[in-house]
Amino acid sequence: MTAALLALALAAGPAPVRVGSKEFTESEILGALATQVLVTGGVPAEHRRALGGTRILWEALRRGDVDVYPDYTGTLAEEILGGAVAPDERALRAALRPLGVGITGSLGFEDTYALAMRRTDAERLGIRRISELVRHRGLRFGFTNEFMDRKDGWPALRARYRLPQRRVRGMAHDLAYAALAAGELDVIDVYSTDAELRRHHLTLLEDDRRAFPPYRAVYVYRLDLDPTALAALRRLEGRIGAPAMIDLNARVLLDRASPEAVAGGFLRAALGLAPEVRVEGRRERILARTREHLALVGTALAGAIAVGVPLGVLAARRRRLGRVVLGVVGLVQTIPSLALLVFMIPLVGIGAGPSIAALFLYGLLPIVRNTHAGLTGIPPELADSARAIGLPPGARLRLVELPLAAPAILAGVKTSAVIAVGTATLGALAGAGGYGQPILAGIRLASIPLILEGAIPAAALALAVEAAFDALEPVLVPRGLRRGPPAPPGGSRART
Amino acid sequence: MPPPLLELAAAVKRYGNGEGVGPLDLEVAAGEAVALIGPSGGGKSTLLRLLLGLLAPDAGEVRLGGAPLADDPAVRRRFGYVVQGGGLFPHLTAAGNAALVARHLGWDRGRIAGRLEELAGLTRFPRDGLARFPAELSGGQAQRVSLMRALFLDPEVLLLDEPLGALDPITRAELQDDLRRAFRELGKTVVLVTHDLAEAAYLARRLVVLRGGRVLQDGTLRELVEAPSDPFVSRFVRAHRALGLPGEGA
Ligand SMILES: Nc1ncnc2c1ncn2[C@@H]1O[C@H](COP(=O)(O)OP(=O)(O)OP(=O)(O)O)[C@@H](O)[C@H]1O
Ligand SMILES: [Mg+2]
Repeated sequence: MTAALLALALAAGPAPVRVGSKEFTESEILGALATQVLVTGGVPAEHRRALGGTRILWEALRRGDVDVYPDYTGTLAEEILGGAVAPDERALRAALRPLGVGITGSLGFEDTYALAMRRTDAERLGIRRISELVRHRGLRFGFTNEFMDRKDGWPALRARYRLPQRRVRGMAHDLAYAALAAGELDVIDVYSTDAELRRHHLTLLEDDRRAFPPYRAVYVYRLDLDPTALAALRRLEGRIGAPAMIDLNARVLLDRASPEAVAGGFLRAALGLAPEVRVEGRRERILARTREHLALVGTALAGAIAVGVPLGVLAARRRRLGRVVLGVVGLVQTIPSLALLVFMIPLVGIGAGPSIAALFLYGLLPIVRNTHAGLTGIPPELADSARAIGLPPGARLRLVELPLAAPAILAGVKTSAVIAVGTATLGALAGAGGYGQPILAGIRLASIPLILEGAIPAAALALAVEAAFDALEPVLVPRGLRRGPPAPPGGSRART
Repeated sequence: MPPPLLELAAAVKRYGNGEGVGPLDLEVAAGEAVALIGPSGGGKSTLLRLLLGLLAPDAGEVRLGGAPLADDPAVRRRFGYVVQGGGLFPHLTAAGNAALVARHLGWDRGRIAGRLEELAGLTRFPRDGLARFPAELSGGQAQRVSLMRALFLDPEVLLLDEPLGALDPITRAELQDDLRRAFRELGKTVVLVTHDLAEAAYLARRLVVLRGGRVLQDGTLRELVEAPSDPFVSRFVRAHRALGLPGEGA
């Protein structure tokens, strides 16, 4: 009996340790390494990969949405602690403890910011150090958005070296390499462990005035992390050197292996562990992404209908309030979807939450507007008749007004659904999965097949949703309303 | 003497554009039939909507049985109303339209079917049309469905805004007979709008001429013909005679 209960408790198990990672390859590999080293150490763990940038991961850690994620000492010192703490492990540990956060020792490599140029250019212009850039004000800079914005990134660099360049563009890390190779940019920021350093013939410029703080890789974890889990995690301390990390990155980026497979290989070779790496096949992946995508769209749409239709009714009933309601939901629509998603993260955390919230807000406008238009567009003689025959307001709405507005409402829901299917791809930025995940990974890895693995099903789903609504229309729209709204019944004829 | 069943006391209604009616004074006794006539835009429909409480007066008062008219669905069920143009709900069949309120009130199927049968007979509406949607009905059939809907709950007051406008002359004449009999036998109080002076005089003893939102004259056809209160009234009456209509019906 007790044994059975114990087995049951064990089967239910403790909640798995959630390992987060940022949306770049190295972070994903470190996330996969942590997950696998935990699992082989007997600690259930799951990897919530590629959740976003530093802020998102840090907030997620503080909220308890993730328990562990890989980061760098310099990032923690500058980005999280505002530069008030020296970027060495002891000082950081002391500063983070009051926040309920700890860090492991260095994993063995440093991934510092560096500036890179095409080797040919660097040699032609004789540039080897960052300070030498001052003399070439015409050079075109392209930096990751994070580098542009963070205090220890471009602002610090520009101030330290008094760099005069004004042509600075923000872009995604992986696109910057392509742009540099294509000759569209002259200087980009890179990480010192980037796989591309080998592939493209690049020169790293020396940080001769030490603008960048040291960036040693560590795992950041919540202090309430289970000690067994922490012990397992710490097995990776000092085990990954810079060449190893560049190699791991290159295997994912250049050899197209999955971060999981690469991490597994490393653990086997370096630690003698035998992690079980389950690699999903393409079919399995697409199915899983479809399920996630449908869940996002379905949940958001259901919410948008449940809230949007009553709001539309309210807007139609109360003119002045209606204008306000329509104005507000219209305003939400003008927020770029990416920005809306980012606004949601501090409010609802990471994972499906912010995406559903953002999709829900986006979905409101078409539904509210069409419900409002459908109701206010009811011909006055019909509205009058419904009142005149003595139906109370609720029955009027249910028996007359909503059925008459049904075609308009349905059209609004359809618009919302199609928008949601497209916009939900952005959800992958906040770790919601869905078709955006292969698209993002494809962009990161410059892999067209991977991009198509998300893009094609997304397009197909949008078409399928449209078709489904067209098929649904005869079921949901009353027969008398179908072939276009008939002229007010008997109306025009009655007058002649 | 009991108060008049329907009463407008210096009632004024202005639409947003400044158009409107009033001040209007009108009393209709229980069991009386009144026809509203007058030029287009004269205020006939507005007057009916005031009587029913679909519009609230800006000034003055509307009374039902001596008490201020309440904005209450239950009160409206004491009225049968045919809106100008019929106002049938396009998403409901003829039967669905006619029986909508009865169904809401929880009448059982048998009772509804019986009442539909009865009214289809009264309005000479073809039985097979009951299952059709308004878009599938002729204009005249649709009007009869509107009448059936207005009569369904057997209301004490009927407010009919051009209820027979789209009917062919034969059906129209027959329906005029039926309505007149119904009004008289059932003791209905009726206010109806028509553009046809002959129909007005046939269905109602009392004719009220509205123009510019005011009552120009209130009397029998004979009074309108012999003692017009206004040159417009005599022109209005003569216009009908010029068409060769037998204006002396009542
Ligand atoms: N909803 C409305 N909004 C603004 N003005 C209106 C409205 N309804 C009627 N009016 C105006 O009020 C006046 C009276 O209109 P009403 O509909 O009562 O006339 P009527 O006698 O019924 O005309 P008809 O014989 O053409 O039906 C007209 O001048 C008309 O233009
Ligand atoms: Mg009218």
